[in-house]
Amino acid sequence: MANVKTKEKTTNPIGASYPRNDVYEKVTGTAVYADDIQFGNKLLHARVVRSPYPHAIIKRVDTSKAEKYPGVKAVVSGKDFPERIGLYIQDKTIFATDRARYLGDPIAAVAAISDEIAIKAAALVEVDYEPLEGVFDAEFGASKEAPLIHPKMHEYVCPNFIFPVPHTNISNHFKIRKGDTDAAFKKCTHVVERHFVVPHIQHVPIETHIAIAQQDEKGKITLWASSQSPFAQRNLIAKGLHISQSDLRVVAPLVGGGFGSKAGVTMEAIPVALATKCKGWPIKLILTREEEFFTNFVRQGLSSHVKVGCDKDGNLLALEQKLYWDGGASTEYGVNVTRAGGYSSSGPYDIPNVKTDSICVYTNHPIGGAYRGFGMSELHTGLDQAMDELAEKAGFDKVTFLKKNAVSAGDTLVTGMTMHPNGIQQCIDDVAKSIKFGSKEKPSSPDRLRGKGIAIMWKAPAMPPNPGSSAWVELAEDGNVTVGLGGQEIGQGTFTVMAQIAAASLGVPYEKVRIAGPVDTQYSPYEWQTVASRLTWSMGNAVRAAAADARKQILEMVAEAWNEKVEDLDIVNGIVVSYKSEQETPLSNIVIYGMPKKNDEGWMGGPVIGRGSFMPKYVTNLDPETGQGARAVVHYTVGCEGLDIEIDKNTGKIYVLKGAASFDVGKAINPELVKGQIEGGFVQGLSSAMFEEIKLKKGVMTNPSFVDYRIATAPDVDFPLEATFAEVPQDDGPWGARGVGEHPMVPTIAALGNAIYDPTGIRLHGPPYSAEKIYLAMLDAGLVK
Amino acid sequence: MNYSTITLTVNDLVETVDVPQNMTLLQMIREKLSLTGTKNGCSAGECGACTVLMNGEPVNSCMVLAAECDGAEIVTVEGLAKTGKLTRLQETIIKSGGVQCGFCTPGMLISATALLKRNPNPSDGEIRDAIVGNLCRCTGYVRIVDAIKQAAK
Repeated sequence: MANVKTKEKTTNPIGASYPRNDVYEKVTGTAVYADDIQFGNKLLHARVVRSPYPHAIIKRVDTSKAEKYPGVKAVVSGKDFPERIGLYIQDKTIFATDRARYLGDPIAAVAAISDEIAIKAAALVEVDYEPLEGVFDAEFGASKEAPLIHPKMHEYVCPNFIFPVPHTNISNHFKIRKGDTDAAFKKCTHVVERHFVVPHIQHVPIETHIAIAQQDEKGKITLWASSQSPFAQRNLIAKGLHISQSDLRVVAPLVGGGFGSKAGVTMEAIPVALATKCKGWPIKLILTREEEFFTNFVRQGLSSHVKVGCDKDGNLLALEQKLYWDGGASTEYGVNVTRAGGYSSSGPYDIPNVKTDSICVYTNHPIGGAYRGFGMSELHTGLDQAMDELAEKAGFDKVTFLKKNAVSAGDTLVTGMTMHPNGIQQCIDDVAKSIKFGSKEKPSSPDRLRGKGIAIMWKAPAMPPNPGSSAWVELAEDGNVTVGLGGQEIGQGTFTVMAQIAAASLGVPYEKVRIAGPVDTQYSPYEWQTVASRLTWSMGNAVRAAAADARKQILEMVAEAWNEKVEDLDIVNGIVVSYKSEQETPLSNIVIYGMPKKNDEGWMGGPVIGRGSFMPKYVTNLDPETGQGARAVVHYTVGCEGLDIEIDKNTGKIYVLKGAASFDVGKAINPELVKGQIEGGFVQGLSSAMFEEIKLKKGVMTNPSFVDYRIATAPDVDFPLEATFAEVPQDDGPWGARGVGEHPMVPTIAALGNAIYDPTGIRLHGPPYSAEKIYLAMLDAGLVK
Repeated sequence: MNYSTITLTVNDLVETVDVPQNMTLLQMIREKLSLTGTKNGCSAGECGACTVLMNGEPVNSCMVLAAECDGAEIVTVEGLAKTGKLTRLQETIIKSGGVQCGFCTPGMLISATALLKRNPNPSDGEIRDAIVGNLCRCTGYVRIVDAIKQAAK
């Protein structure tokens, strides 16, 4: 029977490690990123005038000299665009208007016929400032003594799940009050109390931010941007300019690294503002590497006070945390990091009594935004190191302690939500086995100390309750399939995974599926944002539904033509087959031209186009005083990482001998892509643990270059790194899948901190765990002389 | 601005180009020759995204003045698979999964191509050292090093 053979030849696209579908272009230099689009001689170049003060009243902005400079086509400043925008709390304007709130705050921008002229003209913009006292510490900023950075915050538009405290610098105070921690701590046999500080860091995509905008004669604007959020940018920038969303088209080519920095709206609004002043001219703004370091989103700093206790048997009883997030000059996005830090504040531990105050504070520092992990790396840095000490104090082997206290299905979580089935036990076992956690091993030389560390994590997609995804699927005469989608390829491999999902759902070989790119808000279906590790799950559901819809249309047509039942038909390897009559027909042609009716009575069917959408509908708001509610989040991805290291006693330098990581991805649609995410995230996490810090002095970043801000290079990764995964299915994920893009960098700092503690007993205040810090701490502790 | 007229070979084609004296090789490649495969990540010789071969040696093209390139032989990423057939290294990096966002990939391929030419059997340490100047934020380098190792076999 033909169709049985057909089935035998079929590879199931789900779980198969196809190479990425954008890779040929990427290895031949033909992949198109925003700066590769050609605009011809009419292209204008933009430069931004930025505040040299971290906090100052803007008394006067005079752009007249810049406007008259030969070659300048447009100059814009704050007075032209007073509208406030923001993803959550609307506290940001495109340009600073009345005051500058961080060093680098955009004051004005210039568009000119060359970059040189734009630089010269920008220098001609005159600005008078009256410097103000700044806030450079989140805990001070939260106090009554601190000067207010946003005196009118109480008037800002804000969603009902964000809780600003009027007439303070606190733009969100998220509270958890679960059980009774005071009473519970009295019952604890062992308690650990610690303070940790996690510094600001930068995403460091190798492609800096870039956006090009052009307004046509009718007023319609097109924005080409390196973007994780073309639809959110359409929405927010249109609001900022008082234009209709449909009059702003965002085209988003491939992204040269995002990590959260290209989510929401940052510098993209600036060329759009300029474009409105010179119709017809495309205007390009590219951030310099220096601007990239501190004028755009950074990962906000965290000061965390952790107190955790357990009974004599090692059962966790109580956790209290005060988390002060250094949100920077605007917290339009950062307020939701604070919220995520609050509703996930227990980490993946089952703790009956939890009290958390997660506080987002305005400071005169760079603006905090989404960063891979969305608050979870910072949270887990303190939490997992406190747990490590508690396990030791209680006399437990750390793996036993983690496994005993890790969340399991049915547990009531910190928000009152019930935990779903998850694979954290397997993840812990995988990692412990990989680095032989239980066995003490000798260092390679008497000059070195050897230690092992392990840490667990969880993270939920952090987003509004109702972010939507949509997709369409259409077919061509040759039977090839095109998938329309609005999620962005930022390197994580989502276009490949979506092609696999469409192929499996429709019944065609993977090779026959293409993705309609680049994402273009004029043609692509809606997608909220490429953030939160949500695409495989959310957009995956939309693509699966769209392909299933196309499949249904095809099968109904064929069933009618063959006078059979749909249930007896299947699409296998791109061929419609009947298990009953054993007829078969390829998809080609019938998906466009339809099929003839019997006896020459005409035609049926026609061009097939499937549609699908997905939006979670079950997430509820949480009580503002207790943080309790039926369902805080859609789901959690859990995981574990471990490190086996040596420390040089003479220098404090860390040598990593082995790294291990395991995450529960529900279902690995493409296992090698999953492992690639785990490896890349682990190294990014290790880089943040060992090297990275935005060094801020009174609001000034003192190290804005790759020489002074070091990220991991190839020789730093000279150790085996074992990446594995568990597959406990997600009930509403496509084939059970849930996201894993951000998670691998979440537990790394804590795992390294625990590995340093193991042979030294040294618990450092916070990363980066530089050789210098470790050496000095070893001196202090008397470990070296 | 003073201009220089230079003649050089880019990916085996002879080009004569008028370049302002302050134009970098990177700008010339991208803007004058429209070869946009070579990327700019820092304009300061620190990230390696703009690496090209100049007379067989890898250089950060953002740190070389175009005017200095009269008579030079330049190879960019577009010159690797000129006939349409991928090089072994291009094939192994596809197979190993050493590409994510792809922005560092052109520079990485050029540095690794130069390595394999001068040292056909590099050790893992030599591979990592050869790409120390090519920053990658996505992959953690693991699969890139694997790809170079595979290509050397």
